[in-house]
Amino acid sequence: MSSAKNQKRLGKWLVNLTLLLLVLIWTIPTLGIFISSFRNRDKIATTGWWNVFPHREWRPVSELDPKALGLNPDEVMEIEGVSGTFDQFRKGIETPDGKRVTWIGNKRLGKVEVQENAWTIDWDFSLDNYEQVLGGQDFEFRRPDGSVEVVPGDNMVNAFLNSLAVAIPSTVIPILIAAFAAYAFAWMKFPGRRGMFIMVVALLVVPLQIALVPILRDYRSLNLNGTFLAIWLAHTGFGLALATYLLYNYISSLPRDILESAFIDGASHFTVFTTLVLPLSVPALASFAIFQFLWVWNDYLVALIFLGGNPEFELVTQRMAAIVGARGQDWHLLTAGAFVSMILPLTVFFTLQRFFVRGLLAGSVKG
Amino acid sequence: MESPNNKVAGDQSFVAGILALIGRVLLAVSIPLISFYVLYLGFLFLRDSNAPREIIVLIAIIWGVGGVGLLYWVFNWLVEKLPDQWKGRLLPFVFVGPAIAILSWYLAIPTLRTFYLSLFGRDGPPEGLSFIQQISSAAFVGFGNYASVFTQDLMVEAFRNNLMWIIFGSTFSVIFGLLIAVLADRSSFEKLAKSLIFLPMAISFVGAGIIWNFIYEYRPEGQTQIGLLNSIVTSLGGTPEAWPQWVAISPWNNLFLIVIVVWLQAGFSMVLFSAALKGIPEELLEAGRIDGANEFQIFFRIMMPYIQGTLISVWTTIIIFTLKIFDVVWVMTGGQFGTHVIATQFYRQSFTNRNSGFGSAIAIVLLIAVIPVMIYNLKRFREQEAF
Repeated sequence: MSSAKNQKRLGKWLVNLTLLLLVLIWTIPTLGIFISSFRNRDKIATTGWWNVFPHREWRPVSELDPKALGLNPDEVMEIEGVSGTFDQFRKGIETPDGKRVTWIGNKRLGKVEVQENAWTIDWDFSLDNYEQVLGGQDFEFRRPDGSVEVVPGDNMVNAFLNSLAVAIPSTVIPILIAAFAAYAFAWMKFPGRRGMFIMVVALLVVPLQIALVPILRDYRSLNLNGTFLAIWLAHTGFGLALATYLLYNYISSLPRDILESAFIDGASHFTVFTTLVLPLSVPALASFAIFQFLWVWNDYLVALIFLGGNPEFELVTQRMAAIVGARGQDWHLLTAGAFVSMILPLTVFFTLQRFFVRGLLAGSVKG
Repeated sequence: MESPNNKVAGDQSFVAGILALIGRVLLAVSIPLISFYVLYLGFLFLRDSNAPREIIVLIAIIWGVGGVGLLYWVFNWLVEKLPDQWKGRLLPFVFVGPAIAILSWYLAIPTLRTFYLSLFGRDGPPEGLSFIQQISSAAFVGFGNYASVFTQDLMVEAFRNNLMWIIFGSTFSVIFGLLIAVLADRSSFEKLAKSLIFLPMAISFVGAGIIWNFIYEYRPEGQTQIGLLNSIVTSLGGTPEAWPQWVAISPWNNLFLIVIVVWLQAGFSMVLFSAALKGIPEELLEAGRIDGANEFQIFFRIMMPYIQGTLISVWTTIIIFTLKIFDVVWVMTGGQFGTHVIATQFYRQSFTNRNSGFGSAIAIVLLIAVIPVMIYNLKRFREQEAF
């Protein structure tokens, strides 16, 4: 009996350990970016972000002047009891007592350092990177040798505001339109009802690529390209099938007697819809809203095509992709920028996770 | 006997009736007109204004959201004015009409238009000609674009890569999602673990691209590696590589991109599997244990058959998702180094090369690939007798 208990405990321990490992693997990529976004620009470019954790590193204890010691770098030298050539000292030679002798710099002007392997922690955090990615001006950096380097920042504030202007209406409009349609499908009788709903179901999985070329042609002839209205309508069109389908499933399952007693009291469909059905459907509306908001905020393709020609209306995803393309080594901007672009979806996600999960469970595939 | 007074009153009420009717008609015409005019002014303001960005954004949100509400209200108001018989006939279309119109414009009709475009050369059908003239013009190439779609080197590469995406992407997402769901169910920190695994779902592909670019960051041999993967590889004595760009192992360098989507999608499959696993009755598992089944047997013989439905739907969802994969590849490699997929080829042909015929043919191929799922959805819908 006790061995079975032990086995059970061992099993639980194994489960926890495996899960912990998986969770770590899943978290480390984001953690790396997050930590790096607070690190100094030079530090990001020269050392790994994991140096913020305690680690052993060779640190200088004392410094020696090769000239004063009378060393000739072209021959085998003896320093602090170890001997080797210049190249060996450049790499560092360990002494028997655990220290290391390293030649820093070139043969003529270099110096010799005696180092010891000590536990260190590389904590030098600031908000500078965020300032630069949002500030939109040039920033001066002092290199270790004293010279000054000018690095342009980036203006993510504009992109952030544009993304808001795209994402909020692109979330609310399809929900409103879909809710009206779902109500009609659920509570009204009209010719073509079944046929129209079959169309909604069929369009659930149609890939949006199918529509991009014809819609772009329409927008060009209507002179709509590069406007907010164009991209709202596009997101509405691409999200509407799923929205209608999900909201229909919810609204059609509302209790029949509540609605019927409202009709008997003489309420019109419009009144019933706005005062009864919408408030009762809040859970379904919220779960789809989160879906659509995350989808629109994170979208890149639709924005690229319908807003691509207008740099004034650049969204965060486009801005980030542009930085990757043009300044892919500027990790101080990329890391901070990535977090600026994630802050809103992550907040929405964590505060409304419950609704999001419910939406997923009710959900289907988006085309 | 008719008193003059009465006649006057009758005239008055007649005039009043006419006036009221004119007033109602005027109101019926002017309220929609004013609404449309206000909306149009808002549109012009948003398109041409140089106001500070914050104000434009605020007005855009109010105009966009309020405008749609206003339109529904106006149309409903108009229809409510009609006689009951007409009201009953028209009102459903006020409710359902906008959705059907938008769906038709944005998805249903474009499938036909895109198919039509795919039968023509790079500039599409010549404008200003009739249908007969168009299909007999030199721009009409029939199924020529489809022939090149399936034979061109880059396209064949894209199909091969997309197949890898579908096979590895969906399989690993499902396996990891299921594994994590099963483990989390028995662990001591289920909520926390699920939240953290699920978190990448809120991250955009562009953001995920940056995150993983940082993992794959490459520095020449001998320099300090700041990318996690190369740092691990060099500390184990290997040589650093720019992993997704590593052409020497092509096509397997695609796996370094596929990992990103597994990382993003495992949370999705985990949530669905987790809910399905919780739906398995406890007695069923208990009965299995009493009969002496070990945990593996319980998993494969009881749990797996029980959640089969969920398994299939999660798998299909991720297959469709990976079929259309675009952003990750576009941001990470731009399709270079042998990493093109169907959707990046579609973008390149349609918008970079401006070859609308070829691009449309690729889009139609994507559509054909999802038709089995569409048919399955419709079949399931028909089985629900309730509609």
